[in-house]
Amino acid sequence: MPRDTQRDKLLTRRAILLGGGQLAVAAALVARMYQLQVADKARYTLLSDENRINLRLLAPPRGRIFDRFGVAMADNKHNFRVVVVPEDTSDLAATLAALGSLIGLSADDRRRLLRQARQQHAFIPLEVRGDLSWDEMAKIEVAIPELAGVAIEQGLIRYYPDGAIASHPLGYVGKPSQQDLNGNPLLELPDFRIGKAGVEKADDLQLRGTAGTSEVEVNAYGRVIRELARQPGQPGEDVTVGLDMAMQRFAMARCAAEPSVSCALLDAPTGDVLALASSPSYDPMLFSRGLTEAAWQELANDPRKPLIDKAIAGMYPPGSTFKPTVALAALAVGALTPETEIFCPGYLRLGNALFHCWKHGGHGTLRLHEAIKESCDVFFYETARRTGIDNIAAMAHRFGYGAPLGLDIPGELGGLIPTREWKRARFGIPWQKGETLITGIGQGFVLVTPLQLATMAARLVTGRAIVPHVVRPQGRMPPGGDKAPPDFAPLDVSPENIALVISAMIAVVNEPHGTAYHARIKDSEYAMGGKTGTSQVHRITAYDREHHILTGAKVPWKDRDHALFVGFAPAYAPRYVAAAVVEHGGTQGGEGGAVAAPIVADVLLEAQKRDPARRVPLPAPAAPAPPTAPSAAAPPPSVIARSG
Amino acid sequence: MTNLSPEIGRRELTLANKIRNLQWGLVLLIALISSVGFAMLYSAANGNISPWASRQMSRFAIALIPMIAAALIDIRYWFRGAYWLYAGALALVVVVDLHGRTGLGAQRWINLGGFQLQPSEMMKLALVLALARYFHCVPDEGPPRLRYLLVPAGLIAVPTALVLKQPDLGTAMTLLAAGAVLFYLAGVRLWLFGTGVLAAAAAAPFAWSVLRPYQKTRLLTFLNPERDPLGAGYHILQSKIAFGSGGLFGKGFLHGTQSHLSFLPEKQTDFIFTMIAEELGLVGGLVLLSLYILVLAYAFAIALRSRSQFGRLLGLGIAVNFSLYAFINMAMVMGLIPVVGVPLPLVSYGGTAMLTVMWGFGLLMNVGIHRDVLVSRFGQSRLG
Repeated sequence: MPRDTQRDKLLTRRAILLGGGQLAVAAALVARMYQLQVADKARYTLLSDENRINLRLLAPPRGRIFDRFGVAMADNKHNFRVVVVPEDTSDLAATLAALGSLIGLSADDRRRLLRQARQQHAFIPLEVRGDLSWDEMAKIEVAIPELAGVAIEQGLIRYYPDGAIASHPLGYVGKPSQQDLNGNPLLELPDFRIGKAGVEKADDLQLRGTAGTSEVEVNAYGRVIRELARQPGQPGEDVTVGLDMAMQRFAMARCAAEPSVSCALLDAPTGDVLALASSPSYDPMLFSRGLTEAAWQELANDPRKPLIDKAIAGMYPPGSTFKPTVALAALAVGALTPETEIFCPGYLRLGNALFHCWKHGGHGTLRLHEAIKESCDVFFYETARRTGIDNIAAMAHRFGYGAPLGLDIPGELGGLIPTREWKRARFGIPWQKGETLITGIGQGFVLVTPLQLATMAARLVTGRAIVPHVVRPQGRMPPGGDKAPPDFAPLDVSPENIALVISAMIAVVNEPHGTAYHARIKDSEYAMGGKTGTSQVHRITAYDREHHILTGAKVPWKDRDHALFVGFAPAYAPRYVAAAVVEHGGTQGGEGGAVAAPIVADVLLEAQKRDPARRVPLPAPAAPAPPTAPSAAAPPPSVIARSG
Repeated sequence: MTNLSPEIGRRELTLANKIRNLQWGLVLLIALISSVGFAMLYSAANGNISPWASRQMSRFAIALIPMIAAALIDIRYWFRGAYWLYAGALALVVVVDLHGRTGLGAQRWINLGGFQLQPSEMMKLALVLALARYFHCVPDEGPPRLRYLLVPAGLIAVPTALVLKQPDLGTAMTLLAAGAVLFYLAGVRLWLFGTGVLAAAAAAPFAWSVLRPYQKTRLLTFLNPERDPLGAGYHILQSKIAFGSGGLFGKGFLHGTQSHLSFLPEKQTDFIFTMIAEELGLVGGLVLLSLYILVLAYAFAIALRSRSQFGRLLGLGIAVNFSLYAFINMAMVMGLIPVVGVPLPLVSYGGTAMLTVMWGFGLLMNVGIHRDVLVSRFGQSRLG
């Protein structure tokens, strides 16, 4: 057979062409390799690093909150949660069933977990239950050898050792809301919590700390392969507050005696808020865990307003607790002297209107001391008429009323002190004379908060413009008290007038005709002074008055009057001031003396017994005038009193 | 007439002669390329010999036996058996179409007692054998006449259509391409190729309608890989990222980040070249490409020295098949052509492909050993 046929030549030629074509393809491949690996290397290297390097934030542990003596009020607690890594189980459904028999998982829970498992990578742990109890932990730990893929993980949760006791001043933490997000990636961490109220919110930035970072290498499924670099964050700074946890606990327990009470206890010379109670309260842990809609609705719709810190945001007509302020305004402008006598027939007529005294039949002739002690309304109608609303308002502002005090936690309200300008601006009608009269007994437009009442007392007993504060920037109180107590400006009110009022307030509690005589502290070492008040919730009609209808328990709770009391102790060297408002506390006699005064008395007594200053004495503030001798015994105030 | 060892053509080759004439240089090249594969499979398993490297090595060792056997069997037996092999491979493809195991959305495998077989791989060699035999028998009177092309066109079209139906676009295209190359080498006139291209263009709309959605997506994604970076374009994009970030010298053996972190898909099979490029860089890629070109040159030299048309067409067909595999795979992972499931010969993890490629090299060496054996049109041996 011939070797070099035409066919062979053609094949050889075409084979050579084919080989050349293959070399050309190879050259194209080399060119492409060069383009990817040399020309565009930088771009692909960058993309490759972006692919695999993941910067993760490490949430810093939140700063703790301590009370004035170093007792932890807000701490971080390890909580334990049980997780299942689906890829490590042989049968996820069976594992969940086994786990469910230990800690009780409903069929719904198991279905939800199985569904969740299908939606994510099998190496991502499924959180079966957060916040395990010790009992559940123990059960799982024992069973873990047989439960492949089940693990117990540790996390940090905000923990309030005293639960609901201090939830109002401390506040709580929660997930940042949409408005809180400001581009700080720390806020977007799923476990990160920020302060939502109280000290937690006020000092949030200090408590937060700064985030650390962890550079991790991840694979295409997001599984972390290893850590490349770690930069630890800065734990949040601790915060010390002036609260005394023991007093806070005591005050809350005492307040729980009535449905809805708020109480503020201050260390008068320093302005430290020792206790800020608002009862009922709520469990701040509810918010760290996440609140169900039903639980939220229950809290939000409760008429006793557990979510509101009534001690700083509850506004009430001060009633007769306003009378010392009115008295000081009158004395300052000379509308009144300690010797001025006013006759109380049980009412005061202004034009066609009758202004009633709480005491049917009247008090007879009184001077200032007795008028405060017995809380005569007619005396203060007349005093207010002589003083004028503008002078009363000026004095009220000096004592901290009418505007927020500037407390260092959010949520404080300022109350209201009416003036002629305010009324015109607000209602467009001029001020009425009668409105001055009822302002004189703390009714009408006047609104104050319990904290303002306590601050008024603190200013009264120190003669200085005390501003209350919750946080102590100077930290824990050293033994024997602060070396340099804060220096508040003088109040610019005559010390003689103040002494006069204080003396009358001591008489309110310690003399038989005083409106709070029954609530006096019997141990004279701890005796207190104070002023009762009743603020009217329901307007009294002439019909009611004639038929003496408003007797105690017949009135629905929410129509009953509020009972107020503001006091200071020890009576002759006042150090502590406290105010309490019992919402709708008018049932047991219709006046602050009956329900609010005993609360303040107990709180002040407890505060004195726990007084660290008694262990190492502090320089006492200017002492008021010595007590006047108790006058003759008199029957207790009438049940139908209107303004105690 | 060339007179390279004229005496060999004059008498029957002894077994010893045949073994002496085996192209040991080619065996060495094959072993070298396979070793690159073992190393990369070792790296793909994060520095573990299992599961891939060890199995691939034993496959290679086992496949050496059929390779040598295929080389030593007299070429005339291959000639005579060519249509039978073709028929057998076609039958297997049909079986797969009917009962095959589905892997990655396509029926490609049949299970032969624990051994996974991919008949479409076998088909590639069977087709080359059948076409080589056919064109060997066509009367040597210039370019084949049109009527002689109907049968080989059918030989190509039937398996191509069956494989396309599996659906395995990559293998179907390589079958078609290998067939076309054999047509070209057999001397088919060029205008016929032009006509074929026109016919293909005319059939394109029909072909498009036959394609599976994922195949359409692949084609569209190829046209614009960034179209859907987390969807179908993900593979190409990740492959290019891994490839490009390798740079000139690579990230080092066992230190390829993209492949080890699973950003690179199918790193042990179709995308193993990307892994080589990432870990060993441009240099590593060029070394492997050079090895392939050396093998190709060897194959061309063997084929062109054969004295029979059957031997030449068989040798060149195997060489072309081999280079089609290698080049398509490389072009694919570099984003030059759409992603088609074509492995990198000798390197990618896979049993059937290894067996087929080794068998192919056995046939190639057979052509070399039997270069002077004259093959009659009917397969009878004829000395001289």
